[in-house]
Amino acid sequence: MISIEDVSFHYPSTTQDVLSNVTLSIDDGEFVAIMGENGAGKTTLVKMFNGLLMPTKGRVLIDSSETGKKSVAQLSRDVGLIFQNPDHQLFAETVSEELSFSLRNFGFPEDVIQRRITNILESLDLQKYSNTSPFILSGGERKRVALAATLVWNPKHIIMDEPTIGQDHLQKDRLRNFIVQLISQGKTIIIVTHDVEFVAECNPRVVLLSKGKVLADGPATRILTRSDLVTKASLVRPQITELMQQLNEKDTPPDIVEPYAARDFLTPKLHAAADTRTSTR
Amino acid sequence: MPAILAHNLTFSYVGAEKPSIQNVNLSIEQGAFVILTGPSGCGKTTFCRCLNGLIPNFYSGNLEGELTIDDVNASGKSTAELASHLGFVFQNPENQLFSLSVERDVAFGLENLGIQREEAIDRVRWAMDATGITDLREKAPYELSGGQQQRAAIAGVLAMKPRIMVLDEPTSFLDPRSAEEIVGVIAKLNHEMQLTILLVEHRLDIVSRYANRVIVMDKGRVILDGTPAQVYDDEARLIGIGLPKITTLFHLLRSDGFPVKTNPITVEQASNELRRMLKR
Repeated sequence: MISIEDVSFHYPSTTQDVLSNVTLSIDDGEFVAIMGENGAGKTTLVKMFNGLLMPTKGRVLIDSSETGKKSVAQLSRDVGLIFQNPDHQLFAETVSEELSFSLRNFGFPEDVIQRRITNILESLDLQKYSNTSPFILSGGERKRVALAATLVWNPKHIIMDEPTIGQDHLQKDRLRNFIVQLISQGKTIIIVTHDVEFVAECNPRVVLLSKGKVLADGPATRILTRSDLVTKASLVRPQITELMQQLNEKDTPPDIVEPYAARDFLTPKLHAAADTRTSTR
Repeated sequence: MPAILAHNLTFSYVGAEKPSIQNVNLSIEQGAFVILTGPSGCGKTTFCRCLNGLIPNFYSGNLEGELTIDDVNASGKSTAELASHLGFVFQNPENQLFSLSVERDVAFGLENLGIQREEAIDRVRWAMDATGITDLREKAPYELSGGQQQRAAIAGVLAMKPRIMVLDEPTSFLDPRSAEEIVGVIAKLNHEMQLTILLVEHRLDIVSRYANRVIVMDKGRVILDGTPAQVYDDEARLIGIGLPKITTLFHLLRSDGFPVKTNPITVEQASNELRRMLKR
């Protein structure tokens, strides 16, 4: 479990809080999207989960131990943080060396290392790049290598900063399936993202940050449909939500965020309309 | 005369087994607003690198075919020569901004082109005005929000007065509101100055309404080319393309057997079509 207790943070050079009085608790196995405008404090918040940053006030507990009392190396074993920019993370000459680096550091036997690398490369569609330098891959592919390099040591809590940037539709689908698989294995998944449509498809718990404060916390279908909240956080509502709003049919459920839910709602109405037209003809 | 004319353009990177783009034939009219999309690795980045001369000047490989930019044969031209015809805006504005003030950043390219001081000052003012960043001119780029940084990057390119602007996923680092704002700025430049726009994008939901043409690439080739409504109609060939969600809904309704007439590009169009279908 990750607990954020009344956390405030400002960088040493200023007195302005990037985060102020944030309280948040994330259970094991939860899937959470942290959303908000550019500069809302999202990345600052997740950097506290593995001890890269320490709160100036309040405390952060990972599985009941305070982050200040463990080294970043110890924390990283349990909390995998995948940065927005993979170039901050990648350094090895080939993709498989990139992946084996941490495993060797953690002292895994060689056969386990090879097996894990093969599995993870397959599930992220990277097997063909095993012996390729990460630096000649595309931006989206490098992002997946960075993800693989963290997942390979099997951390319990996984945090991805803007995982969908530079990913095409197929890769986003794959990422979504992969996240679902990780959740079913009991992992905690936290994504930092602006990608409203991706969140609408996944329906995680959404923590909406704005100007360093928690603005709202709840299911995606409840948060993303609220125009006051999304406007404050510089987001937009999902396109399907906008459509349902404009269509303004009576008894439209307020929580429609993606095409399949819209189809379920519209189908009986469309049939009824077609039947009436045929019978009056 | 088209703004961009590619004839049988083919390029293979050194050591690659097959070409990254293969026999690309495209003609893009002056003043058009074109979206270029396709799955990762489809060749769109490689095509753009040919447009601004990074291929063949900085990436080695085998380039075949012909490319004309703004009536100039691109073959043998340096990236600097091409820059006054075709401006390039990158995904991450931080990679494009490095001066101590926005104004200096916008002026940077002009200094390199050897433009006279008076003329340069005029152009910088004009470009900052056109992108709505005049009030920010003395700020350092790191003091700006992501959306403001991207405007500054666009202004820097605009100041060189290209007739064509190519933007490689310029909104992907921005929150949705800032992204809509940037797309609005691009649409305004296209509309008011007849600047030819080639926008590489995955986020079709926010850009489609402005475009008069969508080009889809896959495996190094152009597979679809038409108006947004025409292209989004071809469901079978769009596997892997992140279609706007209203388009997905209409595809679903059509496959359920409902007589969907149009392919909506905006929420308004979708809503009107559904109203028509729901009328008893």
